[in-house]
Amino acid sequence: MVNIGIVSYGAYIPRFRIKSSDIAKAWGKDPKTITGGLGIIEKSVPSLDQDVATISVESARSALSRCSINPQDIGAIYVGSESHPYAVKPTGTIVAEAVCATPNLTVADYEFACKAGTAAIQTCMALVKSDMIKYGVAIGADTAQAAPGDALEYAASAGGAAFIIGKENVIATINQTCSFTTDTPDFWRREGRKYPAHGGRFTGAPAYFRHITSNAKNLMELTGTKPEDYTFAIFHQPNGKFPVRVAKMLGFTPEQVKQGLLCPVIGNTYSGATMLGLASVLDVAKPSDRVFLTSYGSGAGSDAFDITITDTINQLEKKKAPLVSELIDDKEYVDYATYAKYRDLLYWE
Amino acid sequence: MAEGAVPRFWREIPQRYNLIGNKCNECEKVFFPPRESCPECRRKSMGKMKDFKLSGEGEVLTYTIIYEASEKFEGQAPYPLAIIQLKEGPKITAQIVDCDIEDVKIGMKLKSTFRKIQDDGYVGAIYYGYKFKKRN
Repeated sequence: MVNIGIVSYGAYIPRFRIKSSDIAKAWGKDPKTITGGLGIIEKSVPSLDQDVATISVESARSALSRCSINPQDIGAIYVGSESHPYAVKPTGTIVAEAVCATPNLTVADYEFACKAGTAAIQTCMALVKSDMIKYGVAIGADTAQAAPGDALEYAASAGGAAFIIGKENVIATINQTCSFTTDTPDFWRREGRKYPAHGGRFTGAPAYFRHITSNAKNLMELTGTKPEDYTFAIFHQPNGKFPVRVAKMLGFTPEQVKQGLLCPVIGNTYSGATMLGLASVLDVAKPSDRVFLTSYGSGAGSDAFDITITDTINQLEKKKAPLVSELIDDKEYVDYATYAKYRDLLYWE
Repeated sequence: MAEGAVPRFWREIPQRYNLIGNKCNECEKVFFPPRESCPECRRKSMGKMKDFKLSGEGEVLTYTIIYEASEKFEGQAPYPLAIIQLKEGPKITAQIVDCDIEDVKIGMKLKSTFRKIQDDGYVGAIYYGYKFKKRN
């Protein structure tokens, strides 16, 4: 059987951070209640000259710098996001040009709330498996929007990761993937609106928890595995609490979740969330480690992956691009006024 | 950008996104932006100018801090603008990002990064290109 998997990866997190307590103070809320309730200490903030295209390009360039593939061998680029800079004009065209992969490739932008990046991985897997392409690049990135004063504002952050999918020199084999999708309106953004809306507590049990637990169980049934078979487990992380709770419901331990749980220190990077969690795990993973990943996208759906790290990971030149921990540590705090300017909350003409 | 800027920007995408300059294969000198002919070798360089991708590594030759920025850069002020000596020879002018203005120094090592440069308002095209950040 041919191994389809990850050939290389790269991550990017903007340098600016705002503390949850500073957002709470701006809106007259109790900082301790907010920080403790959501499990988010601080979140990343994109600067005025950063968007999903720049984050995607930085991630993809990092992925390419760590391996020796020719960008002209990339046959597909899919960028998953809910904050593409253009409504009509694919972010992937900008990425393809910036990594010298044009013109002989296919490109499309994906949107499925926070799981558009993992949907891109699945598409690349299928194209590689069918020999339609040699390599595909799947990117999940966001500069997530949140209305000023909304509960989402404490979490909505920026970041992304890129994965080169192929079948030669894979550092991590994707053994199996499956999805679970329903029409569940827990969170949405209507056409032409600047900020999303959500169903409050409805986003929990029938949405996040139902889709992730159902899909995770389906994957373990397909692969004949149990939680204890995995070294690492990554779950979508809209806040710091949900992924820990869903892990416990499924029988995973906090230790398995720790390396891929970034939300408490960078916020919810939406389409970038599980992708950055996977990048963080790949930063430390060793051959034979097994990784369980389950994304979640409102609307709603979940993609799950069973991944095994190969010996080839030792040959990947990880130091040629920043590790996720280095991106997290390289930070500069901004106050709420600067954050409001950077996120275009102050409108003038 | 003024009307008609889209085709002009589009023509310069290789330079703006990937620092594609060119090299005179007669004297090996590298140019950015690319030139039709080498000013040293003149007619000998005709047909011998080849595309050359710069590494994006360089150092600050000199710099200034912009406090009164032009309209499209107002939100970013104050910010450093530097003349950068690239490793391969050419000097280019670019903004330095992700760096406190107090930390900018002549000789500081830099590498290129991909950023939004400006846009034609809320409805126009977005223009991307190179800026530089500190290299450890």
